[in-house]
Amino acid sequence: MDILEFKNVSHNDILHNISGTLRESKITTFVGPSGAGKTTCLKMINGLLSADTGEVLFRGKNIFDYEITKLRKNISMAFQSSPMIDGTVYDNLNLPSDIHGETLDRKRAAGLLSLVDLDESFLDRRVRDISGGERSRVSLARTCVHEPEVLLLDEITSSLDYVLVREIERLVKRMQSEMDITVIWVTHDLEQAKRVSHDMWFLRDGELLEQGPAEFIEKSKNPEIQAFVKGEK
Amino acid sequence: MSFAQLALSLIFVAIPLGLALYLKLGLEKDIIIATVRSIIQLLIVGYILTFVFESDSVIFIILMILLMIAAASQNVVKKGSGIPGITLIIIFTLVVVEAVTMGILLGFSIIPAEPEQIIPISGMVVGNCMVLSLLFLNKLKDELNYSEEVIELILSLGGEPKDAVSRSLKSSIRTSMIPTIEAQKTMGLVQLPGMMSGLIIGGADPFEAVMYQLLILFLILTTAAMASVMVGYLSYPKLFNKRLQYIGLTQSEQ
Repeated sequence: MDILEFKNVSHNDILHNISGTLRESKITTFVGPSGAGKTTCLKMINGLLSADTGEVLFRGKNIFDYEITKLRKNISMAFQSSPMIDGTVYDNLNLPSDIHGETLDRKRAAGLLSLVDLDESFLDRRVRDISGGERSRVSLARTCVHEPEVLLLDEITSSLDYVLVREIERLVKRMQSEMDITVIWVTHDLEQAKRVSHDMWFLRDGELLEQGPAEFIEKSKNPEIQAFVKGEK
Repeated sequence: MSFAQLALSLIFVAIPLGLALYLKLGLEKDIIIATVRSIIQLLIVGYILTFVFESDSVIFIILMILLMIAAASQNVVKKGSGIPGITLIIIFTLVVVEAVTMGILLGFSIIPAEPEQIIPISGMVVGNCMVLSLLFLNKLKDELNYSEEVIELILSLGGEPKDAVSRSLKSSIRTSMIPTIEAQKTMGLVQLPGMMSGLIIGGADPFEAVMYQLLILFLILTTAAMASVMVGYLSYPKLFNKRLQYIGLTQSEQ
């Protein structure tokens, strides 16, 4: 069943008439070279950007027909650089609750950390003192505070070394299956996309060239995709 | 002071001019322009003030204050370019701060309702408001550029614009107010403040001068707080659209 749909979406000079669907409870990767419009697509799903023409539908309804703050609680996003507010890991995990006038229970915070294989002692560590890999994990844990239906991941492993990349991939796959959520993951790394995806969208220069179950990427007849697979572009 | 004495004070212009020439600092033209401008501007202000004080008309007092606000706004608006609607925000802030402070001063009869009191004090209020707004906008723009990702993060989590910029706003307000507070802490220890010195030179009783200076210090603290808070809280909504998306500063200012 489809949870999200892009209908003829264009945005500035970045996206051109994108139409495609995203299946519920699956990991879909947005793949393609830099400047393809992957992150723009992701931000549109969270409502951080709007389409100039066309619309993005969540469960069949335009995302801006929902109360946007509530929708964003339900469609959570982890950013490429794992931005953090000054303070401790707990302060950052509490941020999604805090902005809605609530306080995150420390036990729940510890539980969220365990989801990303970090122990409770991290709660009181200052974020400026933790490593890049730990930041990525905290960022990932933070997206789960409101138990969202959709998780948007924007190049979350781009600055990590190979071992950490594989670790984060393992965590996301485990979280997706345990929490039965829909994950949409932007990556320019084709090998990563092949490892984690159920489905793929291949974007280039703001156009969706092909979409479907991840296997299509190897069999595609599209010369642009073939060149990307061969590492030529 | 006679005109001859004033003419002799040009020695204090000749010294930096001589140094600039000798060291080839390239500042000679600026020093001459600054000197000529200050002489002309202050002489004009002197004549206008004499006219306003003698006429004792409320309309002229208001016109004089509006003139100060217009000049200060023009200065601040340049620094705030990139924030939509900043001109109106600055004018509104200056008018409100002036109205509130003068309302309190006159309402409680802290100062007499005389142009000789109202105009110089208004000048200090508006001038201080201008400097604080400049400091605040400078810091706010740096903060916004630096915190863009955190702003988007908070929006993406379902936060409102005020949640997204509250850290940047508070930090900018704090930074712009600190110089005023710090200057107040060392007041009288490091240097005698300008107004107090002026009164003492003019022959006023030093204790009377101190009381006036304290009044101005407290006034400046209020204007500092009001200016930065008002400019900040009126500006930030302009950085977002109705869909709670961050528009940010216009491209040319980033």
